[in-house]
Amino acid sequence: MPLINARRAKRRGPRRFTSRDLAVIGVLLGIPILLDLALIWGPTLASIGLSFTNWDGIGDIQWVGIDNYKTLFTDYPPFWPAVRNNLLWVAFLGCVATPFGLLLAVLLDKGVRFSRFYQSTLYMPVVLSLAIVGFIAQLIFSRDQGALNAILANKDNPVDWLGDPELNIWMVLLAAAWRHTGYVMILYLAGLKSVDPSLKEAAAIDGASETQTFFRVVLPTLRPVNVIVGVITVIEALRAFDIVYAINHGRNGLELLSVLVTDNIIGEASRIGFGSAIAVVLLTVSMGFIVTYLVQELRGGKKG
Amino acid sequence: MTITRTAPARTVAPVTGTGKRRVSRGRLGLHAFLMTVSLAFLAPLLLAVYASLRPYEETAKYGYFSLPRHLSFDYYAQAFNDSGMGKYFINSLIIAVPGVLLTLFLASFVAFCVTRLRMRGALVLLMVFTAGNLLPQQVIVTPLYVLFTKINLPYWMSDSMTMYDSYWAVLAVQVAFQVGFCVFVLANFMRTLPEEIVEAARVDGAGVWTQYWNITLPLCRPALAALATLQFTWMYNDFLWALVFISDGEKLPITSALNNLRGQFFTDYNLLAAGSVIVALPTVLVFLLLQRHFIAGLTLGASKG
Repeated sequence: MPLINARRAKRRGPRRFTSRDLAVIGVLLGIPILLDLALIWGPTLASIGLSFTNWDGIGDIQWVGIDNYKTLFTDYPPFWPAVRNNLLWVAFLGCVATPFGLLLAVLLDKGVRFSRFYQSTLYMPVVLSLAIVGFIAQLIFSRDQGALNAILANKDNPVDWLGDPELNIWMVLLAAAWRHTGYVMILYLAGLKSVDPSLKEAAAIDGASETQTFFRVVLPTLRPVNVIVGVITVIEALRAFDIVYAINHGRNGLELLSVLVTDNIIGEASRIGFGSAIAVVLLTVSMGFIVTYLVQELRGGKKG
Repeated sequence: MTITRTAPARTVAPVTGTGKRRVSRGRLGLHAFLMTVSLAFLAPLLLAVYASLRPYEETAKYGYFSLPRHLSFDYYAQAFNDSGMGKYFINSLIIAVPGVLLTLFLASFVAFCVTRLRMRGALVLLMVFTAGNLLPQQVIVTPLYVLFTKINLPYWMSDSMTMYDSYWAVLAVQVAFQVGFCVFVLANFMRTLPEEIVEAARVDGAGVWTQYWNITLPLCRPALAALATLQFTWMYNDFLWALVFISDGEKLPITSALNNLRGQFFTDYNLLAAGSVIVALPTVLVFLLLQRHFIAGLTLGASKG
């Protein structure tokens, strides 16, 4: 009898749990699920609902349909610059900072001397809060006393790196990339360490060059890391906030969707309905990326 | 004596010479590149430290990129005393330490269920958690604010009598939010562990708790150490949640202490630099101390060839 049971359990997949098992699962799986639904997904749905109202946080909630969205797309000047900046952020982190982080990881993975030193140094910016990064950016880029103008020695005609709306977004992107590169590097470094060296050797024996080996053999095996890095890059770019907020509250060329949401919700006007509509736009863009990645991830997970 | 002394030195010299020759030109170029990038990465930090050691009048006159005339630690003392950093530091720890432990505990169990129990809907569960972590914080701020003002707590838990303006609010949000990321990473890690270990325990009659706590969790120690480092950094550095959910200045975390410094009289960047260095110190130290575990722990799939 026990033998038959064991075999059946193996074949059928889902096993019967004891009542103690069920209690453990119920409590320990229940708490995080409850937290996640109540504090993350519930409020998300509520935000979507609020975006169709003109609530100011105190008075009655009035349904206004898609008015907020209409205003947003046609009659809210900072909106399109914010969208542009957010996309620029994604592109810059994705096309510059991430590949650079990967390059550094590959170089460090060659087993150079002092690699511990390089690693720590390059990762250091990541442990700083973006608020501090924003502040340090001011030390470097400020017009009159900043280090950059001093190095360039253009005292007579100083460049206003952070004040010029044409320029400042690029300077902020540099500062954000400073932090992002180290993060990407450490993730890839960890991934590279797990690549089976015999794969590389086999490729070398087959006459593959180092570059070929990397792109054809190593990079594909890094798939899980690639997914994580991709998600992190996009999401960090979309929800960037602290750094521009620390520099100039996200105005004058540094508009971001996250800042517009905060301004409308926490600001004096307290246009919660309108702010929620911006949040929903941000949410929609994020969800596009999130779903794409998750689908890909789940497909891979099922196969593996 | 002098001859015998110099003789070995001469024989040693060629040996080190060949050692040096082994370092090819490519390696030197590599080091030059890495050193340049490292210094470029370090420069802004060094500039902040440098600024914090100099009086404001001096940098106002000569700029931040100039030779020092006076150097002192005065700004550190001032930043620490004026902004009440000690107190704020404790506040940050009150949120970050339980936050990290709770997050890792809950997330590891969810990851265990998703990867090991062959439950129906495991993938959906994984998706719900992972996607939740990726939402922009601003999307959920307002409804949470309203929710927290409506939840009453007894006085011994919160002197504001509501969830709003208490550590609980920030802690709950941090845990709920970060569990998603940890589930994602831990599930990836657990997939690489050989399933046979858990199977064997199951055949021996081990319950779910034993399979999780005694068998799976110890194997995840490297990943947990890495996540602990990351999570501590994030929870310690966060200020959005505290900014929105805490109104009592006494309860604010340390990142907001910087805001206090900012508000003083006029913006003294050198004072702010000193404050920033103090605020950054704990996370830098945690990273340097746990560095070895950090890299090892992030190594996803290392156990499988």
